[in-house]
Amino acid sequence: MTTAGRAGALLRSLAVPVGLLLAWEAVSRAGWISPLILPPPSAVAVRWWAYLLPTAPFDPAEGSWLGWAVSGELPRDAVTSLLRIVIGFAIGAGLALPLGLAMGAWPLAHDLLNPLLQVLRPIPPIAYIPLAILWFGLGNPPALFLISLGAFFPVLVNTIAGVRSVDSIYLRAARNLGAGQAVLFRRVVIPAAMPYILTGVRVGIGVAFIVVIVAEMIAVNAGLGYRILEAREYFWSDKVIAGMITIGLCGLGIDVGMSRLNGWLLRWHRGVDG
Amino acid sequence: MSAPGPGAGPAIVARGVRKVFAAGGREVVALDGIDLEVAQGEFVCLLGPSGCGKSTLLNAIAGFSPPTAGELTALGRPVRGPGPERAMVFQEYALFPWMTVEQNVAFGLELAGATADRIARTVDGLLRRLGLAEFRDRFPKDLSGGMRQRVAIARVLAIDPPMLLMDEPFGALDALTRRSLQDELLRLWAEDRKTIVFVTHGIEEAIYLSDRVVVMTYRPGTVKRIVPVTLPRPRDPSSAEFNALKRELTALVMEEQARHQADEVHATAD
Repeated sequence: MTTAGRAGALLRSLAVPVGLLLAWEAVSRAGWISPLILPPPSAVAVRWWAYLLPTAPFDPAEGSWLGWAVSGELPRDAVTSLLRIVIGFAIGAGLALPLGLAMGAWPLAHDLLNPLLQVLRPIPPIAYIPLAILWFGLGNPPALFLISLGAFFPVLVNTIAGVRSVDSIYLRAARNLGAGQAVLFRRVVIPAAMPYILTGVRVGIGVAFIVVIVAEMIAVNAGLGYRILEAREYFWSDKVIAGMITIGLCGLGIDVGMSRLNGWLLRWHRGVDG
Repeated sequence: MSAPGPGAGPAIVARGVRKVFAAGGREVVALDGIDLEVAQGEFVCLLGPSGCGKSTLLNAIAGFSPPTAGELTALGRPVRGPGPERAMVFQEYALFPWMTVEQNVAFGLELAGATADRIARTVDGLLRRLGLAEFRDRFPKDLSGGMRQRVAIARVLAIDPPMLLMDEPFGALDALTRRSLQDELLRLWAEDRKTIVFVTHGIEEAIYLSDRVVVMTYRPGTVKRIVPVTLPRPRDPSSAEFNALKRELTALVMEEQARHQADEVHATAD
């Protein structure tokens, strides 16, 4: 693409968002809408910046410079939420993966467990909130329960489909070369099912991300979901929007990271067109 | 490379092999009364139209699908399941797409518990022998069909099996690539003298490659005739003797092809 063409493309992709922001700013400045309902984007930006920065001035006695730099409310909230996603996802996927492999490989396991899973699968994790609080009380345990539940089914369903879709010719080739059951599973079935499994992982992380925000609105007192609900209590709509933007950026970051990881892990895969 | 398998007996013996499939509520007799002996070091082609059971017979020898009745022994031992001494090369290559060329070739040796040093030496040697050295880090998706089949051949040669079972291995390749792989296979066979059972529906391919051509009948698959090919190698497909054989085999195969077509017409009329 030529430089002019690239500049044109950039212009086209920015025109609508910039135009909307300007219109929004103008409407707010003109006083047509109360800043409590919809604060101007400039106020959101200022609030977001304040939310990002450390609250106390840098003090070498307190620890490292890096630690200070991320001591603001926003970095701490983001880390708290991401940590919940990681732990919750690890629990959910850690249970779903072996179960999915077993159900995909052994028809008996599939026949025994599939009806139950088909009934449980359509229940959104959010619907478990009352039970989660009853069972686990408040704090991290119910949040982690809900997140792992959200990650569990996408990983499970895709792992089953992945194992069942392994082309039998790979199994025949491996057995012909002398592979026993264990080797067959580890070196043929799992890698062959990997494109499906990673699709499940990606969907599972997406659901975990949605669930963490909801879970933080009910049971805990830190994290991005908690923060925007707290800001609403004080009518800080600028902070609500600043929090939402942060949530969006975190989600985007996770998705880009996962997409890179997928691309690397599946670099052998021929892709859709092949 | 290894000496021929234990003793000097035949590599493969089939006695009264029968195979029945249940297909759509009906029984299809794929193989019936197959009697066949393949000597060690011999290159045998199974030739016939599709539906003659040649791949079924090969799969039975490979141990993927046991015969319904009859006896099948390989190197004096009854066939009980797949084994690395009867290494298979598939038409669809069946390379593991998540492994590089090098990893595919090393796989069988790793399963056999070879030392890292021996694996490296064997793989290096085979990649060089098959002209794959510069592709060792590629994944199968980045290779042409001919290259993939070379890798598949290197993968089975790595475990140094006494026998190669090849199921229309060059069927999906273009004519020029097929000819060069046929020559390469003959060269490898001349070096190692492994027993090769090669399934094909190419009459010229069968004459070009094998010591004996086993012509099979269409459903049920039986041995129609065994035609020895005594022409010296390399064989010239344009020579008079080659073409005399080709005429003879074509006549035999076309009889079966006609039965196949009659059957299809019959099936459509049902």
